[in-house]
Amino acid sequence: MTDPGLTDIWVYLSASPLLGLTMTLVAYGLGYRLYLRTGSNPLANPVVTSVALLIGLLLLTGTSYDDYFAGGQFVHFLLGPATVALAVPLYQQFSRLRQLWLPVAISLTLGVVIAAGSSVGLAWLLGASTEIQMSLAPKSATAPVAMGISEKIGGLPSLTAVLVVITGITGAVLGTKLFEWVRVRDDTAKGIAMGVAAHGIGTARAFQVSAQMGAFSGLAMALSAFATALLVPWLVDLVSVWLVPGG
Amino acid sequence: MQFLNGITLLLVYQLVGEVAVRLAGVPIPGPVLGMVMLFLTLWGRGGMAESVTQASTALLSHLSLLFVPAGVGMMVHFGRIADEWVPITLALLLSTVITMVATALIMQLTTRWLIGAGAGQGGRADD
Repeated sequence: MTDPGLTDIWVYLSASPLLGLTMTLVAYGLGYRLYLRTGSNPLANPVVTSVALLIGLLLLTGTSYDDYFAGGQFVHFLLGPATVALAVPLYQQFSRLRQLWLPVAISLTLGVVIAAGSSVGLAWLLGASTEIQMSLAPKSATAPVAMGISEKIGGLPSLTAVLVVITGITGAVLGTKLFEWVRVRDDTAKGIAMGVAAHGIGTARAFQVSAQMGAFSGLAMALSAFATALLVPWLVDLVSVWLVPGG
Repeated sequence: MQFLNGITLLLVYQLVGEVAVRLAGVPIPGPVLGMVMLFLTLWGRGGMAESVTQASTALLSHLSLLFVPAGVGMMVHFGRIADEWVPITLALLLSTVITMVATALIMQLTTRWLIGAGAGQGGRADD
């Protein structure tokens, strides 16, 4: 590093969005390859490995998150249009929904309330702070929606993103075993449960079991994203008014 | 050009959604409202242009990549996670298990009560 040119190059790169953006794509590419190498093991989820790699690199080089995010924001921004794009698989699976719309509506609504209620309730019982409880509340919804809700109800959106990914991995790893234990055999029921509890990561796992389970999981993911956005802020308001008299 | 048309349409729906939730003051993320409006449009028209399918397939097939920059944001919250890791871990694990089991059982029971035995199985996806 005696060459002053190298220092100049580093000064340029650390101030430019190019490095953060390229690092994100390269880290994800490496993480995805590792995921395929392990035979698509849910524990080697590419989000987990690439996030770990990037955090390690940033800490080693003493780069701040803000400097990294100057480049990372271009990838992050696409979460918005990706949420809008969920309308497409929802429409494609709409005909399947007609036959089972009532059971689906009941289980989705109750599932979304149970997901938010149990996470906030357990976190509260175990003594977590309000900020953590609110960050956990939308954890079963897909990340872009969960982050939006977290921000609205007073959680930390970036912490919620991490919790959403961990929730998805937990659901994908445990799901099929749990369904065996409680003797749920219908692929439609397993798919709905996977999509409500573990969003996109669970849906990817459901497609490995059967096309029908995958389709219903994708459907449940899209519908529960909407139900969570509608119900969770309202439930939080309701509970906080109830707990704080006159509040 | 196909892809460009598709992504433009998705952005227009997101933009309309963002503006509408701000005007109405409702606690729904703008993109979610955009998703609902796009769904209603597709339903009303009874189909969709190839460009929209292309753009959404491209975005959704790399959905997990889009979580990465937000996930890296965890480094800002290390202290908070370290302080409260027991309630965070337990609440997350137990709640996911409870949600998964309860939703699956509710769906299986309501399907059998309301539709009849076997309706949830087999290939009759559509009439």
